[in-house]
Amino acid sequence: MSDPGSLLSMQGICKRFGAVQANNQVDLNLCEGDILGLLGENGAGKTTLMNILFGTYQADEGKIAIKGRQTTIHSTADALELGIGMVHQHFHLVHRHTVLENLMVGEPGRMGRLDFSGARKRLMEIGLQFGLKLDPDARVSELTIGEQQRLEIIKALFRDAKILILDEPTAVLTPKEAEGLFDALRALAAGGMGIIFISHKLNEVMAVTNRVIVMRSGSVSALVDVPKEVTKSDLARLMCGHELNPPKKTSSQLGDTLLKLSAIRTGSSTHQELKGINLSVQGGEILGIAGVSGNGQKELADVIAGVFSPTEGSIEVKGKMVPRTSPRVMQELKIGRIPEDRMTTGLVTSLPLYVSMVLPWIRHPFFSRFGVLRRNEIQSFTSEMIKRFAIQATGPEVRTGTLSGGNLQKALLARELAFEPEVLLASQPTRGLDVAAAEFIHRQFLSMREKGAAIVLISEDLEELFALSDRIVVMYEGRIAGERKIDGVSVEEIGLLMAGVTV
Amino acid sequence: MAFRLELREQTPVWFNIVLPLTAVLSTLLLCSGLVALAGANVLHAYSELFLSAVSSRFNLVETFVKASPLIFTGLAVAVAFRAKFWNIGAEGQLLSGAMAAAYIGGIESLPSFSLVPLMIAASALAGAGWALLPAILRTRFKVDDVVTTLLLNFVMFYVMTALLDGPWKDPLSGYPDSPDIRMDAEFPILLRATRLHLGVLISLLAAPMIWWLIRRTTLGFSISAVGENPSASAYGGIPITRVLIYTALISGGLAGLAGAGEVGGLHFQVMAGISPGYGYTGIVIAMLARLNPIGVVPAALFFAVVVTGAEAMSRATGVPVFLADVIQGTALATMLIAQLFTTYRIRTLTTQD
Repeated sequence: MSDPGSLLSMQGICKRFGAVQANNQVDLNLCEGDILGLLGENGAGKTTLMNILFGTYQADEGKIAIKGRQTTIHSTADALELGIGMVHQHFHLVHRHTVLENLMVGEPGRMGRLDFSGARKRLMEIGLQFGLKLDPDARVSELTIGEQQRLEIIKALFRDAKILILDEPTAVLTPKEAEGLFDALRALAAGGMGIIFISHKLNEVMAVTNRVIVMRSGSVSALVDVPKEVTKSDLARLMCGHELNPPKKTSSQLGDTLLKLSAIRTGSSTHQELKGINLSVQGGEILGIAGVSGNGQKELADVIAGVFSPTEGSIEVKGKMVPRTSPRVMQELKIGRIPEDRMTTGLVTSLPLYVSMVLPWIRHPFFSRFGVLRRNEIQSFTSEMIKRFAIQATGPEVRTGTLSGGNLQKALLARELAFEPEVLLASQPTRGLDVAAAEFIHRQFLSMREKGAAIVLISEDLEELFALSDRIVVMYEGRIAGERKIDGVSVEEIGLLMAGVTV
Repeated sequence: MAFRLELREQTPVWFNIVLPLTAVLSTLLLCSGLVALAGANVLHAYSELFLSAVSSRFNLVETFVKASPLIFTGLAVAVAFRAKFWNIGAEGQLLSGAMAAAYIGGIESLPSFSLVPLMIAASALAGAGWALLPAILRTRFKVDDVVTTLLLNFVMFYVMTALLDGPWKDPLSGYPDSPDIRMDAEFPILLRATRLHLGVLISLLAAPMIWWLIRRTTLGFSISAVGENPSASAYGGIPITRVLIYTALISGGLAGLAGAGEVGGLHFQVMAGISPGYGYTGIVIAMLARLNPIGVVPAALFFAVVVTGAEAMSRATGVPVFLADVIQGTALATMLIAQLFTTYRIRTLTTQD
């Protein structure tokens, strides 16, 4: 394999984890100027394959050639040396440092001195050439998620990456930011880079890539050379092995107002101060909360979940004032919560799955009596949830953190739904999940709605909000910028409200 | 050939036994160099070290007596570390427990039968109280618990020295030793003609009780959850502050009991050298036991054997007794390395070309 433009060739890659064959005889070729889509469900083996390429894992079998030369990649350092850069879903940035300082991390320097002015110049050039502009002196903590991602890409360019891997890059972006990313990727490819774009969002893959590899249960199930020639449903079928089947919303009976917030303020100690939030949600209703990340959605969720007490305003549950909120009080009032970040605020990744599954319910008489755990009930509950929600886990004792993202999210959902909440607060419930897992979660939401529960759905995915919500509230800078019934409202209108334009 | 660490899905149960044993064996292997340097036959020295501790009924009992305070402090540290409450202060909590026991044991007006139970209760309370302070500082004011618990050890040590040089100074001898406790306050001896006192039994019972607390109760569940992921626990409605405070109280209480055992069962008074660093050794023991309360017992016994055996070994072979300290330190290091294999597995990578 020594095409002149060939950047990377992976052949017959096999990788096994215990009983799971994560990669089975996978071939992958990447040339200069390629934007290669790597499509597949959770657990299809995309991430494993990329981790092998990036040196995080070592293949059991198979060959890797970079620019026609056989190599073995033992470590991430090797991968970087070979010109492979990876932008992970979770960024690896030093938050207190500036953009420029982050770019210098890992730079060897000359005689112990780092060339800041040279780096500043290069940053400017990259900005001009690829449209990847960043203020060199801004602190990472001040950057938006989209800008942080840009910084990760620039970091790879600084290390002269020829191959750039992006793992679910749009999961954290607004539609507009995603467009900007695509433009940058096209510019990079035009400059001779090879880009591997891991995703399960079919629209994006079709929009930005020129070739697609579809993976299913560890193997390559299809190679599509020009994605424009296939349809979305073709790709979906190749990916899942069956047709897409998005759940349909049916009409539902609106019930009593289950949750009502009046004039909620949080004061300036929070990241984004809430400045007088009024909203209510009725049984049988899904209330969508739209907004660009960081406009108070997290604070609102924390207030509703009782994690954070507002400084002003009142919360009513089923028509009754809640004088003092706390997570436990809100649980007892049957308000369930799917937190935004399943790894840090949802589950205990270092302990067995059953710990995570019963964490909020441990004082429930079903799981403990007089402070003594009922171990059999805890175990069988966890096993039952694994079965009912089709969570891919070997059993209740498995370490939580070894499950994949989709399975972790299913576990969280299972745990919150187990005690039939009347109000479910879901923050970014399908972020980073594949189509099938997202559909599964959406279906659960709709069936709750039919049963008369209320759902507050905080999401940055407008497609999701439009598919599920009965009503959409847009948050902007800690206020409610607007509220619309779903019937008759356009994506553009919501988009304008998100940007702070009064309509 | 290259190696890589990969995360395990779960830790096999037999690791709990095999890992500490491997750590201990590698420790002995590593230390054998020093023994040889001291000019002794390694096997001879080691057999003296280990066999003397179990060679007679008396020595065997003595090993348990030595292990008892270490079991208490080991348990204290194990409980605290599970919640990531970094209690380095078992030493100070032990001293405060010892003083409380000595104080109660010396009160003439108390009825005899109440002395022992009151001493036990008072020492646990005193230890718990001394641990409560850093717990409050951490939960209310976010003060680093490593620093506070460590420094409070010195505070308590000097409080004790001040007492021993002042009001508690023995008027007859003039030594900085507290007056003896009442005869009725001495812990009952469980085995005739030995020093096997009540405190030893309590420490041996405490281990399964603490194991049960950690594994089978909601408090223990919360302690582990808070230790491993405080924010998920908070979102899950577990009152973190309360859990940390309870953890500190239990931990301090256990360390305080070590003090009661030493005063009521062995010395019958408080003196400056009442604890040769039992609180600090407890940290090593807890780590050696992988924070498993049951594992604390064999770990503490191992240390007790090494400490008692070192003297016999020194007499027989001339190897300095300090080898005991080296073994303790090395055991911590090897155990920490062995610990890695509970969460990770080693993969050998074969280079293909």
